[in-house]
Amino acid sequence: MLIQVNGKPKEVASGTTIEALLQQLQLNVHQVVVERNTMIVNKQCYADDLLVEGDILEIVHFVGGG
Amino acid sequence: MQVKINEQDITLADGATLEQVRLEVKPDADLLIINGYPAEPGTRLYEGDRIVLIRRGEVPAEEELDALLSARHTPGVHEKIKGACVGIAGVGGLGSAIAVALTRIGVGQLIIADFDTVEASNLNRQHYFIDQIGLPKVYALRDTLARINPHVHITACHLKLTPDNLGELFASTQVLVEAFDRADQKVMLIEAFTSRCPDTPIVAGSGMAGYGPSNSIRTEQCGKRLIVCGDGETAAGPGVGLMAPRVGVAAHHQANAVLRLLLGLES
Repeated sequence: MLIQVNGKPKEVASGTTIEALLQQLQLNVHQVVVERNTMIVNKQCYADDLLVEGDILEIVHFVGGG
Repeated sequence: MQVKINEQDITLADGATLEQVRLEVKPDADLLIINGYPAEPGTRLYEGDRIVLIRRGEVPAEEELDALLSARHTPGVHEKIKGACVGIAGVGGLGSAIAVALTRIGVGQLIIADFDTVEASNLNRQHYFIDQIGLPKVYALRDTLARINPHVHITACHLKLTPDNLGELFASTQVLVEAFDRADQKVMLIEAFTSRCPDTPIVAGSGMAGYGPSNSIRTEQCGKRLIVCGDGETAAGPGVGLMAPRVGVAAHHQANAVLRLLLGLES
């Protein structure tokens, strides 16, 4: 199924969770903020929330320093 | 006709000029402001005008400072900034510089929170002074901000921000600034605050270590209510220290993003 990640189309298998997508993208779950269809998703939901066709994700990866 | 001079109600004869008022009320004034804009002495006054007479070199009273900021920023802009409340989570290199910038432009209320104390190693980039070493950062910063503009209302919270306390602490803010050091803490703050205040914009920082090009630091809208400033990749680490110039560039990207949000120029 087709979703959108950071403005670009991406094909993912049905049944993919947010956690699985982050693993595919090799991103550390503790360093990212995921917005799904304009709502920021709480980390506790990553393992359970299934992506659906047409989802629009913004994944923001943070690095340390301030 | 009735006018206000330095916030006092005064009755003047019709046709009075600014120069006549200056000679009568404050002859040594050399900066004359009508309704938020600097004006020439010969300017004719009208019913309801608000006049501020200032002597350069003198510490201004609150209403004089207010009029100066208004004249500098234009009245419509000044009123929006003055009426705003901004939260700053973390007052290290980013947060202390952001707080200074927002105080200088006269943001009415700042809520600053940090658990840390000032250390000598902070002075390469953070807005503290050698005589403040050992003080909680939020109290040291509050004192510094009061020296810039004592009329900005500062709420200083010396505590560790957690998912349980930060929503309540920053609930009244129009914009929240993320200015933490650790990446996982940045993410914690954004997730926890958003679940409590989903409509309040957050301005975060990511990637400002080292001495790479200034122009690789950007301000980007990342989703509906999140703006991120930085190069997105240069983490602090061995050989890549956090230094005043580049941290300052990112901090002022953040401060300007806050200002634009307050003025309704960003979502």
